[in-house]
Amino acid sequence: MARTLVNVPKKAKRGEVITIKTLISHIMETGFRHNSLGARIPRDIIDSFVCTYNGEEVFRAALHPAIAANPFITFHTVATESGTIAFKWTGDNGFSAAASAKITVE
Amino acid sequence: MGENDTTQATRRRFLAAAGGAGLMLAVRPAKATPASMTLAIRRVVGEAEVKPGKVKLDLPPLVENGNTVAISVSVDSPMTPQNYVKAIHLFSEQNPLPNIVSVRLGPRAGRASISTRIRLADTQNVTAICELSDGTFWSDSKHVIITLGACLEGMI
Repeated sequence: MARTLVNVPKKAKRGEVITIKTLISHIMETGFRHNSLGARIPRDIIDSFVCTYNGEEVFRAALHPAIAANPFITFHTVATESGTIAFKWTGDNGFSAAASAKITVE
Repeated sequence: MGENDTTQATRRRFLAAAGGAGLMLAVRPAKATPASMTLAIRRVVGEAEVKPGKVKLDLPPLVENGNTVAISVSVDSPMTPQNYVKAIHLFSEQNPLPNIVSVRLGPRAGRASISTRIRLADTQNVTAICELSDGTFWSDSKHVIITLGACLEGMI
């Protein structure tokens, strides 16, 4: 399981725009590099990132090899209700990782 | 000593020649061109017109290491259910592939602003395009100078 790090505020006011920062450890091998023997290193990237807020999708990103290793994504969402913000990364070779954070909305 | 000098010089010449040969033998991967970036943009926007404005692309003008370039995009939008940003796309002119990232947003985003870290293979223009809920497309481009391009050959 890849290491993930998500930064979601623990508390927010209803209707407040919150900033979410996510980081995941992944090599993001582009598929354009060659090893010392000249053989092409096969592509191995995360190609999809989805954020859901109490089950409803609020953000989605399609990543390409031009995303740097250990993808870092910052985005915003409106704090609507208390609950869980879940994150899911999927990629090549059946890669899948998930993380979640609780938020209390007052 | 003199003999040693000659050996050193020969060795140096050999190494220089070997290095040169290595450079020539290295296979350059196919690069995206401004034309292929235009094509990739057309694939996203279709026939719609892309106007400059509304989008603000933020990335450093001079980058030392193309392997990680911090980039942020923000769009001037009220983000209401009637008027919001549907998607933001980033494109590169000189990377092996023109697409960098595509994100989907909705009115629940509250603020149309994202940031991430990207790879840039060479000095080039980077373009951000946003799609608004009314179906219009807006863009911004920045020129960025890369001192060390993202590694395309060999292991790090």
